[in-house]
Amino acid sequence: MINNLIVELGHIFLIASLTLSLCQFALPFFKINKNPIFIPIISILGFSCTMISFSALMFSFVVSDFSVDLVAKFSHTSKPLIYKISGLWANHEGSLLLWILILQFFGLITSLIKLPDEFHSILNSVQGFLSSLFLSLCIFSSNPFHRSEIIPIDGAGLNPVLQDLSLAIHPPILYVGYVGLSVAFSFAIAALINGKINKQWAIFLRPWIITSWIALTLGITLGSYWAYYELGWGGWWFWDPVENAALMPWLIATALMHSIIVYEKRGELGAWTVLLCIMGFSFSILGTFIVRSGIITSVHSFATDPKRGIIILSILLIVTVLPLTIFAIRSKIFTRDTNINFLSKEMILIINNFILVISSFIILIGTLYPLILEIFTGNQITVGAPYFLTSLSPLMVLTLFFMGIGPILLWKRNHLNEILKTFILPILISIIVFILFFYYLNFPLIAVVGFSLAIWLFLNILFMVYKSTNLDALFNKNKNFKFLTNYQLAVCIAHLGVAVFSIGAVSENFFNKEIIVRIKPGEKIYIGRNLLIFENVVQKLGSNYISEIAKLVYKNKNGDVISNLYPEKRMFPVERQTTTEVAIYRKLFGDIYAVMGDGNIEKGYTFRVYSKPFVSWIWIGAILMAIGGIFSVISSFNKLPFRKSKSQ
Amino acid sequence: MTPKKRRLFGIISFILPLGFGVFFLLSALNNNIVYFIDPTELISKKKTGQRLRLGGLVKSNSIEIVGTKIQFQITDGSNSVTVSYDGSLPDLFKENQGVIVQGVYDSNIFKADTLLAKHDENYMPKEISKSLKSRGVWRGKEND
Repeated sequence: MINNLIVELGHIFLIASLTLSLCQFALPFFKINKNPIFIPIISILGFSCTMISFSALMFSFVVSDFSVDLVAKFSHTSKPLIYKISGLWANHEGSLLLWILILQFFGLITSLIKLPDEFHSILNSVQGFLSSLFLSLCIFSSNPFHRSEIIPIDGAGLNPVLQDLSLAIHPPILYVGYVGLSVAFSFAIAALINGKINKQWAIFLRPWIITSWIALTLGITLGSYWAYYELGWGGWWFWDPVENAALMPWLIATALMHSIIVYEKRGELGAWTVLLCIMGFSFSILGTFIVRSGIITSVHSFATDPKRGIIILSILLIVTVLPLTIFAIRSKIFTRDTNINFLSKEMILIINNFILVISSFIILIGTLYPLILEIFTGNQITVGAPYFLTSLSPLMVLTLFFMGIGPILLWKRNHLNEILKTFILPILISIIVFILFFYYLNFPLIAVVGFSLAIWLFLNILFMVYKSTNLDALFNKNKNFKFLTNYQLAVCIAHLGVAVFSIGAVSENFFNKEIIVRIKPGEKIYIGRNLLIFENVVQKLGSNYISEIAKLVYKNKNGDVISNLYPEKRMFPVERQTTTEVAIYRKLFGDIYAVMGDGNIEKGYTFRVYSKPFVSWIWIGAILMAIGGIFSVISSFNKLPFRKSKSQ
Repeated sequence: MTPKKRRLFGIISFILPLGFGVFFLLSALNNNIVYFIDPTELISKKKTGQRLRLGGLVKSNSIEIVGTKIQFQITDGSNSVTVSYDGSLPDLFKENQGVIVQGVYDSNIFKADTLLAKHDENYMPKEISKSLKSRGVWRGKEND
């Protein structure tokens, strides 16, 4: 009884939230915004309604109320509590509600900060417009409170592969990133309508962009790490549509957070920055909805539920075409003489901006091409990883090269002589590294280029640190020791992250060794100079599965035991599903990764063993990038005007 | 340079690299797409030497395993193709289950380098279900 009441309450509050969002959107049209108190009140009410609705759905998941269709499909009574909760966003409808909740939470914050009155009211109206779009989608075609026709005894959602902590927290983090870009979108639209785009605008917007960039970085990293240790294929990135969908907004956000610095410092690239704000959010929507609703993976899901597909495509069109039209009409506000010298920091930032945007479009083409081809010709194709690698790697080579120069160059103009003097040493060292690796170690060309560029980047970061700190103050007490500012720290750490990531990614791609064998207990697998000895297989009874666990002893060439690996196979009888649990021996300089295949004692078991040098650097690099982002947020907070007014 | 010339120069310097880029991109795309095919199509069209994705059901009593090498037949109900594969098998590789292999068809044997079985009992790769439906041997639910 009470369960039923809660479900209906959730539904009613969802509709109430839509009404409030429409009011929020309409406020500026009725000129009642003279009293600025209206804006935060409506935002708070809207957010509270969605929060109640979200909590109601969460309650249904926690108590396993299978009268709700969504709970019946994606939950199960025997699931641990944390996975019952995460089941809420493991599907299209629930994740849409979470998306709206985050959207309105950000809307709430933007309604509370102090901004110029006219701009503020337009900004909130745009946020209200976005909320009402997605709430309509949620209520009219993807209702999470939809009731089951027949109430099942137990739920259907118990995929053991998906019961994993990092996968459970990965969507909310990613959504913070996606939705954070909606603030950039609203800022851009409000500035276009208001006609006032200036330095102040950029200062207010920057923390939002970087925060959502950090969330996207962490979300993608978690997803990639999950794929690495859970799927048992040994890879960390598969160019799967789901992964690409997150990578595209990340690339745009990366471009955006650099272009906004150019605008803040030099007043250039205003129009481009606004365009990126719009593009970033379009890619976010593409990311969440096209992927989650299943349209991208299959044209058939579109055919079976045309209403939802059409609404999603209309939303995508609205948030892309409408802003671009406003942009075209209002483009006059940007006309001013641009004066960019070729040898300047802004030029390097522009080049890398272009490369990042082009990269995201290359990924877009590779992701959507199979879909388009199937619609028009009926042929079913897949676009392989080589497409992405061959078309993106030349661009990445350029980006890495310019990333080394950019932070050191000055704004406006530099003298060629000075530049040559500064970079001669890093260039020489990088070339020596190149020759050493290429001619003496005979590494593949692309791998060597990747390594040399990572070292090039690293040397330039070192130079930047050296230039901005006065190290002699450590020995001379008369001088004040001066370390990097938060902003410089952000640049150094994030770019160091890129260098570390590149080494990891290149090594994983070129020096990854795979060994597949079928062996009986007592037999050995040789990995370089070390070896793995297959000792035995034990059967064990888990909570709701039966597992076979193999013991592999990892020894070095002297026969000393380094570690024991326990790859495992789990059979889930109820779900009639088997999963493999990978055993990984992690070291900073490389992982040993073992997967157990099928087999029995008489015939032997198959094992897949990978040696993956530097693979953990991929994720360490990504985390460094995120840490750099945090320093950047701190530095941008210090610039916000209200901080200054407090200190006065 | 006059403003007109400058503009022309600007446009050319923009279009040329763009053209190169698009050309490069399309050729990369063309070289790296892999078509899906079912056994009947493969046998009737004799597509040898080209990288393909072949999908269908694993024919019963056709699996032979020697060491890590495996040979089996993929069927769509009407025709079957012999597949050879060297590597470890996914958890759900079984007789009468859906499977997709990627590789090259040569002298009546499909040499696969990648083998994907469906992830759980209820899920069937959409290419296979479409092919099985068109061959009239689909036994699952209509809307899957």
